[in-house]
Amino acid sequence: MSVRVIVAVAVGGVLGAEARYLLGIAFATPPGTWPWTTFWINVTGCLLIGVLYTVLTELTTPHPLLRPLLGVGVLGGYTTFSTFSVETVGLVDAGRPGLALAYALVTPVVAVLACAVGVGVTRRVGATA
Amino acid sequence: MTAWTVLLVAVGAVVGAPLRYVADTAAKKRFASAFPWGTFAVNVAGSLVLGAVTAGAGVFGHAVQALVGTGFCGALTTYSTFGYEIVSLTERGDRRTAVIYLLVSVVLGVLAAAAGFALVRAAL
Repeated sequence: MSVRVIVAVAVGGVLGAEARYLLGIAFATPPGTWPWTTFWINVTGCLLIGVLYTVLTELTTPHPLLRPLLGVGVLGGYTTFSTFSVETVGLVDAGRPGLALAYALVTPVVAVLACAVGVGVTRRVGATA
Repeated sequence: MTAWTVLLVAVGAVVGAPLRYVADTAAKKRFASAFPWGTFAVNVAGSLVLGAVTAGAGVFGHAVQALVGTGFCGALTTYSTFGYEIVSLTERGDRRTAVIYLLVSVVLGVLAAAAGFALVRAAL
């Protein structure tokens, strides 16, 4: 564990967190409704990490700081599990238990599928390139 | 949005993201298992803390929400790595661990957030 890697993760984490923060302000979702902003942040983050890690591990010999900076840092800081959990509880609290259950189930399924699509499409493009 | 809030989010994230990396590295060194213990631990712990911060938002104020909630908890926890770990486990043929990891993370993450809510509501 090197200082350079820690710094790369920290810098990336700040960039990702600020992007998430700004999107949350630009597209605020009212309480008691489907949290679309967090949903799309997490789904797009999963799609992008699928693309990124496939490029970094299978298609290129990258600089060793790229994965900590862009993957662990930027995409890790951009996506959030804690907000997803708290929003689920918030929907129950707002008297929408059915919507809470749907959100808690649909988010991980769509996010994992998006990641798999990112991996698959990148591999296919890489094979033809 | 103010420059001050943007700064608080950055300070929280500068601690949260490296802490997640350190937890993941330590867990991989300690447990020779396919289950992603590091990501699992930070996601559940971050959900607990964010639940507490959100329940106390009116008392703690906007600054704590930005620093500890959006910055620290948001950067400490991750959905992208969580998703990638599930895809990786499935690709390696360990579908069982992938499904268990997904379900246990979501159930315990939500329960931890609810516990954070309940603790702070009871205390205030």
